[in-house]
Amino acid sequence: MATSTYNLIASQIVGSGGASSITFSSIPQTYTDLLLKMSTADSRSTPSVSDILVNFNGTGVGTNVSANYFYGNGSSVTGTTGTQIAFGDGSQGSIFGNSEVYIANYTSSNYKPYSSDSIAEINSTAGYQLLIAGLWSSTAAITSISLTPYSSPFGQYSTFYLYGIKNS
Amino acid sequence: MMASAATYTPIATNTIGTSTATVTFSSIPGTYTDLILVTSGTVAGTGENGNSIILNGDTGSNYSVTNLYGVNGSTTGSNRQSSQTFMQIGRTSTSSQSISTVHFMNYSNTTTYKTAIARANDLPYFVMATAGLWRSTSAITSIAISNLNGNFNTGATFTLYGVLAA
Repeated sequence: MATSTYNLIASQIVGSGGASSITFSSIPQTYTDLLLKMSTADSRSTPSVSDILVNFNGTGVGTNVSANYFYGNGSSVTGTTGTQIAFGDGSQGSIFGNSEVYIANYTSSNYKPYSSDSIAEINSTAGYQLLIAGLWSSTAAITSISLTPYSSPFGQYSTFYLYGIKNS
Repeated sequence: MMASAATYTPIATNTIGTSTATVTFSSIPGTYTDLILVTSGTVAGTGENGNSIILNGDTGSNYSVTNLYGVNGSTTGSNRQSSQTFMQIGRTSTSSQSISTVHFMNYSNTTTYKTAIARANDLPYFVMATAGLWRSTSAITSIAISNLNGNFNTGATFTLYGVLAA
């Protein structure tokens, strides 16, 4: 029987009190790539696309993180830059934005590129698709990932799944 | 209880030890449903950084791609390349670590043309989504990856995964 090389490392589901941040720590160094899947809402007062920021290895939120991204809203496309790792929904918990982030060679001594795709639905008034080319400019292996919403906290029922993918 | 069969399996991987023009995966087994190619690293030179893929050694004008892209955090657009002699899909940066993923759907069937979807991240410039087509009913048995700009630099990684629907 073949051994699975695409494994769930850890998952977190936000409870009724919300969560100001979500952290995956002690990430095993035995995989090749990481895949992060999220379904999130935060506490913005009006429905909107909402940034999700990242803190790698406790070095600081957005530290050495660069994102080149563009998004479409059904009528136009806009390109811009920032420090996001993904986007969710800021809809007070009623609608969730979904995102998937692929981080290549997370244990290598090179800088760490990531590919991120997100969608956010603004409660029938608009919808967004957002594509990011991101980079963490650090040679350190990634051992922890902390995620912070634009407007704290992440709402109840937000989900976070971290997978490891091994190339052998 | 018997363990479930692995449905996401590495077929082959290559971390190049020297500057390399082309990385080829050959003798790809036809036993999976889809293929996923993950590439990461940097490329030599300046200018166009698109990866080019040739399937089964076919250099005929049988490839096309349609792109949606953002450039350097400002310009956005869409373009198409038809009847090309390679599939320009995925990208590799000259200046920073890049990552591209390419999914080949139903690659082993011998009835339909083969399609691919890709995400390319050529930092700090390009973020791109691509739909590709190879106008051949042959099962994909080899994938050759090059770059329009120059050789892949030492340390670039290439991994081909098989995804099984069952």
